[in-house]
Amino acid sequence: MLKHLLSDDLPRSRFLTVLLVLILFGLAFAPFITSGARPLNTAATICVYIVLVASYDLLLGYTGIVSFAHTMFFGIGAYGIGLGLASAGPFWWIAFSGLLCALLLTILLALIVGLFALRVRAIFYAMITLAVASSFAVLASQLSDLTGGEDGKTFSVPALLSPSFHLFENEVFGRIIDGKVITYYLVFGVALMLFLFLLRVVNSPFGRVLQAIRENEFRAEALGYQTIYYRIAANCLAALVAALAGALMALWLRYVGPKTMLGFEVMTDILLIVVIGGMGTMYGAVVGAALFMLAQNYLKTLMLQASSALVGVPFLAEALHPDRWMLWLGVMFVVSVYCFPAGIVGKLRST
Amino acid sequence: MTATDTVASPSLSTHELTIRFGGHVAVNQVSADFYPGTLTVIVGPNGAGKTTYFNLISGQLAATTGTVRLFGNDITRLGAAKRTRLGIGRAFQLTNLFPNLTVLENVRLAVQSRAGIGMNMFSLWSAHTGLLDRAEHFLERVALMDRRASTVAALSHGDKRKLEVAILLALEPKILMFDEPTAGMSVDEVPVVLELIHQVKVERNLTILLVEHKMDVVRSLADRIIVLHNGQLVADGEPAAVIASPIVQEAYLGTGATADV
Repeated sequence: MLKHLLSDDLPRSRFLTVLLVLILFGLAFAPFITSGARPLNTAATICVYIVLVASYDLLLGYTGIVSFAHTMFFGIGAYGIGLGLASAGPFWWIAFSGLLCALLLTILLALIVGLFALRVRAIFYAMITLAVASSFAVLASQLSDLTGGEDGKTFSVPALLSPSFHLFENEVFGRIIDGKVITYYLVFGVALMLFLFLLRVVNSPFGRVLQAIRENEFRAEALGYQTIYYRIAANCLAALVAALAGALMALWLRYVGPKTMLGFEVMTDILLIVVIGGMGTMYGAVVGAALFMLAQNYLKTLMLQASSALVGVPFLAEALHPDRWMLWLGVMFVVSVYCFPAGIVGKLRST
Repeated sequence: MTATDTVASPSLSTHELTIRFGGHVAVNQVSADFYPGTLTVIVGPNGAGKTTYFNLISGQLAATTGTVRLFGNDITRLGAAKRTRLGIGRAFQLTNLFPNLTVLENVRLAVQSRAGIGMNMFSLWSAHTGLLDRAEHFLERVALMDRRASTVAALSHGDKRKLEVAILLALEPKILMFDEPTAGMSVDEVPVVLELIHQVKVERNLTILLVEHKMDVVRSLADRIIVLHNGQLVADGEPAAVIASPIVQEAYLGTGATADV
């Protein structure tokens, strides 16, 4: 049963299994084992990024396609649901029709980018996606009447998901089950399903062809696979899942804005996570996203504690000053890429 | 029996097939018909256009002029993948496999292509047990079952060539094209592959095209020999006659050489 759910693609490493179970339980019970808004926010972001990065892994790790347009699809999903709710009010049918429009636009754009660009060499494809994604980000911030420009837009979500909604009178395991917790479980559940779906896709006959294309596209073609169609299909599928991840992010934040949804920083985060976690493994997205988001959200706090504990120590206290957290985050990335060239999952599986 | 005696219609034919790379004409007006049950060996010096001619037939290159017909249908404008699905199978000269996938997976991908389920995204690849059995069957034929779980990158050169043959057989083509199948193989491995090619021809009445340099291989397998020189077809016929002809003596074996075959 579990084996089937995981598409027969088991972690294949005891330590990795433990790590994945920890992450799963941590995310599943996040509202009850933590308190306050910040841990839950981190947990929701991890869920969304697992899906976003896993869908990118389908492209980069499994098919060998380098694309910089993944944030564009993430953004389309987010803006679709966000602008719908912002302009027409907090109703479920608005959310769904906004999402549907976003998915249609996603598939259309993915097809167009794919048809025009997948015929050319990898490096040109990467450049084209970069150009398209940048233009889209500029477009989103310029159309300020519609999108709220650089500031983005906040909006209300359907009553069930809004913080003022309380499912029960009393606390359950120390937390009031409000709309925020319900939203969290919506995000968690959809993310889990999307991840399992992607795991199935990469272990399907289709997924096997994608890996063949990554290994040797010329030979895949000679075996009778029309690789252009497979690449376009992989592109559309990854884009659709990224758009769904974007919609989840927007629902969670109750906000859409160009920096959070379309910014190039999101793209570099995706790239870093997929490389740190391990390309072509799917589980790399889980481990990578969890570590990355924890580091991004808690490194500063940790450093504050460390540097106040080290007050008076001349160099260390200065070096660990919380203002330098970005520097240490960078150092961590460099070290992890240097030590685990095949990513964390690749490293764990090889030992 | 040789091709010229065959009354059946050709399974594959090229008509004035030509490709130009800038000013260089790599294959020049080559017309030839190929028949089921016949193994045709294509010989010629390096740079004669043998591999290019193969690429034009299997679709890796597009012809400048001329036509390729498969069972009477014009396939000149089709891509490589479509031609494979129509029945033209090709083993490559430089081993051209999926290096980081397992030996079994390399063959299974060919079987899967034949089964036409490549776009299936929702079933497990391993649930299609029939495909796995087929793949193992073809691995057995080339005596590679004991290497099924290793990656291709870990195989010896000879085993890679055998795997090429297994993949080609797994595509179950009607036209089989081998580009120097025994190149770089150790002496004791060569007969295994040659025997296999011979068996396949006899069993299935297939059309086989072979590019080969080794004269003993040519002699043992060929029903017919075609000689290419500077992109042109310069001789075509029964092995003994072609080898003995003056033009082959000059073009292929070198001026003044005698036919010691």
